[in-house]
Amino acid sequence: MSTIEERVKKIVAEQLGVKEDEIQNSSSFVEDLGADSLDTVELVMALEEEFETEIPDEEAEKITTVQEAMDYVTANQ
Amino acid sequence: MSRRRVVVTGMGLVTPLGTNLEDSWQGILAGRSGVAPIEGFDTSAFTTRFGAQVKDFDVENFMSKKDARKMDLFIQYGMAAAIQAITDSGLETTEENADRIGCAIGSGIGGLPMIEKNHELLQKGGPRKISPFFVPGSIINMISGNLAIRFGFRGPNIAITTACTSGTHNIGYSARTIAYGDADVMVCGGAEAASTPLGLGGFAAARALSTRNDDPQAASRPWDKDRDGFVLGDGAGVLVLEEYEHAKARGAKIYAELTGFGMSDDAYHMTLPPEDGRGAAAAMRNALKDASFNAEVINYINAHGTSTPAGDLAESRAVESVLGAAADKVAVSSTKSMIGHLLGAAGAVEAVFCILAIRDQVAPPTINLENPQEGCNLDYVPKEARQMKIDHALSNSFGFGGTNGSLIFSKV
Repeated sequence: MSTIEERVKKIVAEQLGVKEDEIQNSSSFVEDLGADSLDTVELVMALEEEFETEIPDEEAEKITTVQEAMDYVTANQ
Repeated sequence: MSRRRVVVTGMGLVTPLGTNLEDSWQGILAGRSGVAPIEGFDTSAFTTRFGAQVKDFDVENFMSKKDARKMDLFIQYGMAAAIQAITDSGLETTEENADRIGCAIGSGIGGLPMIEKNHELLQKGGPRKISPFFVPGSIINMISGNLAIRFGFRGPNIAITTACTSGTHNIGYSARTIAYGDADVMVCGGAEAASTPLGLGGFAAARALSTRNDDPQAASRPWDKDRDGFVLGDGAGVLVLEEYEHAKARGAKIYAELTGFGMSDDAYHMTLPPEDGRGAAAAMRNALKDASFNAEVINYINAHGTSTPAGDLAESRAVESVLGAAADKVAVSSTKSMIGHLLGAAGAVEAVFCILAIRDQVAPPTINLENPQEGCNLDYVPKEARQMKIDHALSNSFGFGGTNGSLIFSKV
């Protein structure tokens, strides 16, 4: 069973077309990983799918880094 | 004031016979069929179970996987053909020329695969499951849009959609745009990828498709007495059109000149042409008038020739009515006999074949033509390509809605 960190990074890598080893916990989707506003919407949808959860829009807006994504998933498991 | 001349300086293709220009053209000259059983979904419940899909297309030769995910298949095909055409032309975008380069690439249907997929997501999971890329990834003008972004083309950007005349209309419009002075270069053509359950089922429901499931490669047989409908095809064709002096000044290779463009409508029926083909004839006459040519100068016609019972006969009559006595001398073939009907891409792909016919002085064949139907009296170049003198070639496209377009290309 992969850790939450591994699963989040795998999804980020797939969605944003970056290599997993380029992704830091502190990486910002937009600033560091080349995402635009539509990419981040789709990324959140992929996280919802992976972790079988629903992330409300107001929460999704606050998820801008890999760490914030991991924190949200951990807090809402 | 004399009109600005328009020439062809680049071409790109993605067809059922190959994912580039030369592979596709060699397949055409060899009389090869690109028709096969449809892959990608279960066709067992469909009355037609074959088509002319593109094989071995690797989108990552043209863009990243991440970008490809945001573009439906027709956009990927259009981008691939356009990137090849631009590379072929040697055109470089600069701060000086960017405002003078435009795009006009259309499609008949657009992003049917994404529409089907997102509809399914909506039904299963509700509106939250719809992809943020569904709309920008499926609408018809997004080949032109994505090309502008990728290459920095800041000139006119448009996508004409006129069913199976789309490719022809986008090319003709682009020539006018250059002649009128709105742009010096236009990247133009059409793309299609409608071999999906709804696409296949829709055309089958309209009784437009051949049902020759026992022998798919013999199904597209324009003018043959045993033809029974068209074969649905996918792919894209793109031209780089350029103002003649602009092309000469940068030392570009010039394939041909676009000398004539004509349009008309049948004003008759949603899907059927009038028996005498008068609308088709009007488009050809308008193209000849635009070129200031007499009809007898045309050596080769790449016909719309879809292999439907009504359409082929009407077009044959139209050619006879326009050319008169000269109809005996013109070579008329349908490359759809090999690649099927690419709908909104058809006119663009066939324009490319006309230009290559001029380049290589060879008329492509009409394969599968065993017994021409009574009343189909032209020289259809049956079965084998023919070396011949071609100075002027005409390409016809006709679409649902009765919309017609004809282009004339000439040797420079």
